[in-house]
Amino acid sequence: MSSATSRVAQVRPAPTVEPATTAEAGAAAAAPGQAATETASVTGSNLPSGGGLPPEGTARIAADYSSYRVVAAKHPWRWVGTAAVALGVLAVAWSLATNPRWEWGVVAQWFTAQSVVNGLLETLKLTAISGILGFVLGFILALMRLSASPLLVSVSWTFSWIFRSTPLLVQLLLWYNLGYLYEKISLGIPFTDVRFFEVQTTTLISQFAAAVLGLTLNQAAYSAEIIRGGILSVDQGQLEAAAALGIPAWRRSTRIVLPQAMRAILPTAFNEIIGLVKGTSIVYVLAYSELFYTVQVIYNRTQQVLPLLLVATLWYVVITSVLSVFQYYIERHYSKGAVRNLPLTPLQKARKFFATHAVTNRKSL
Amino acid sequence: MTATPTPATRGLVEITGVRKSFGATEVLKGVSLTVEPGGVAVIVGPSGSGKSTLLRTINHLEKVDGGHISIDGKLVGYEIRGQKLHELREKDILKQRTEIGMVFQNFNLFPHLTALENVAEAPVVAQGRSKEEARRRGLELLDRVGLKDRAGAYPRQLSGGQQQRVAIARALALDPKILLFDEPTSALDPELVNEVLDVIRELAKSGTTLIIVTHEMGFARDVADTVVFMDQGQIVEQGTPQQIFTNPQEPRTRSFFSKVLEPAFNI
Repeated sequence: MSSATSRVAQVRPAPTVEPATTAEAGAAAAAPGQAATETASVTGSNLPSGGGLPPEGTARIAADYSSYRVVAAKHPWRWVGTAAVALGVLAVAWSLATNPRWEWGVVAQWFTAQSVVNGLLETLKLTAISGILGFVLGFILALMRLSASPLLVSVSWTFSWIFRSTPLLVQLLLWYNLGYLYEKISLGIPFTDVRFFEVQTTTLISQFAAAVLGLTLNQAAYSAEIIRGGILSVDQGQLEAAAALGIPAWRRSTRIVLPQAMRAILPTAFNEIIGLVKGTSIVYVLAYSELFYTVQVIYNRTQQVLPLLLVATLWYVVITSVLSVFQYYIERHYSKGAVRNLPLTPLQKARKFFATHAVTNRKSL
Repeated sequence: MTATPTPATRGLVEITGVRKSFGATEVLKGVSLTVEPGGVAVIVGPSGSGKSTLLRTINHLEKVDGGHISIDGKLVGYEIRGQKLHELREKDILKQRTEIGMVFQNFNLFPHLTALENVAEAPVVAQGRSKEEARRRGLELLDRVGLKDRAGAYPRQLSGGQQQRVAIARALALDPKILLFDEPTSALDPELVNEVLDVIRELAKSGTTLIIVTHEMGFARDVADTVVFMDQGQIVEQGTPQQIFTNPQEPRTRSFFSKVLEPAFNI
């Protein structure tokens, strides 16, 4: 620091200031910033032009550049790049807006049509039910896989193996056609004729039931692995500390391990849920009237294929966007304690941005 | 704050012929040790001598392969019925553990809970105390370790020394008869060691039985009633700090202390 001070002193034309001796420079370094700021405020803005008149024997003045204007570094290529990308975006937007074949009028007409909204609600229903059931079953499968019982481990492993290695399409068709394989489903005592309850498979497995079954079981196989991964990411010492404190096993999982595992689970889990939203479109093979099947039925009738696919796409975008917002806040909730300070929410960031910029605007006025 | 020395009536630890192997390696080769109620035993020895494993068998975090451990005459982890030792169920083991507090080398605080939540969790779920009571007691304990003003902080917002003090408060919250310290200062910067040792010194006067594994020889000499020297899964020598540090009988003890003592003895 002292060398920097003396270099400044040499550059500055300072008739009244003695050249820095080593003793003086040492004093400047030893004295805290207080002396420097005091003298700086005395000499003020005229210092850079002519140099100030420090009282005898005080420390050397630190140069004051407060009246200088800051010129930002120039980044010409950044501007070129920005312009090129802006042009591209503009071109896409222009073609979307002006090409009549997109038929935006038709899109607007069908976007909130009753049948489309009904289809949308079916999609949401399927996603919610199979998402929740899938993750609950997945949690149980993950615990089984991590248990000490070899039977539970292998059952859980086999479940994931089967459902991850067969196409969802096949699974759905199989569930829907279960009546072909097993005509009746009954509940009774095995190897006897005692039956408490018996029903025709075809009446039990509706399109909805087949869709939920297929999606749930498939989802469970994947989420089991996601949850297991999350649990494994939590330090073993946490379990040990909880056990040493006499905290019961169930409470150890739910209160100590799971909240910490959530940080690893959430990003992938939301990937899965978002995948599931669009994945539900596969149940069109069961002629189940969710969003995608509904628009197919409509465009087969009206031949307006592209605009109706756009209607479905836009709805999927809307759902995904809403889910992304949820994801952000849920992840933020679980980052409690994992980071020293929580990051600002977009709303807080915006407020801060406007607050600081309001100040600079006032300054420049 | 300074606890008056109370005649301790509970917290007698008797370890008899304890053996433990990990795979082919036998880490405890028949260890026997008695710690009187309210006593302070400090276990020292080279790395890998089985100190930490011995400590972990006391609250049944490690099952023993042979021998037994009892606290106030009650077996740890087993129950005598007739001529048989029945392994206790999880629930009963957990109950036993609430009488034995443990402080870990890496603190193992729950990072997603605040200091106070860390301290107040176990009394509610393991001892069935009311939340309000646990909270009040938690604040008292945090006050005792000098951290009342950090009650709302998360572990990552605390220094290592502060985290370990919260961990001690957490162990104390269950009113244990016995406290186990597994190298409580080994993960700390040198300047933070003393704030933790001071808290343990206070506890040594409170009548709780303490069993401490540590490499801080000066502290051991200062606080221990009994110093236990372990090497290769066995207790080589034990006695008062005076005997062990200044006049060790066994050659292995002498050679160990000749390597570690010089700097510590200047304290």
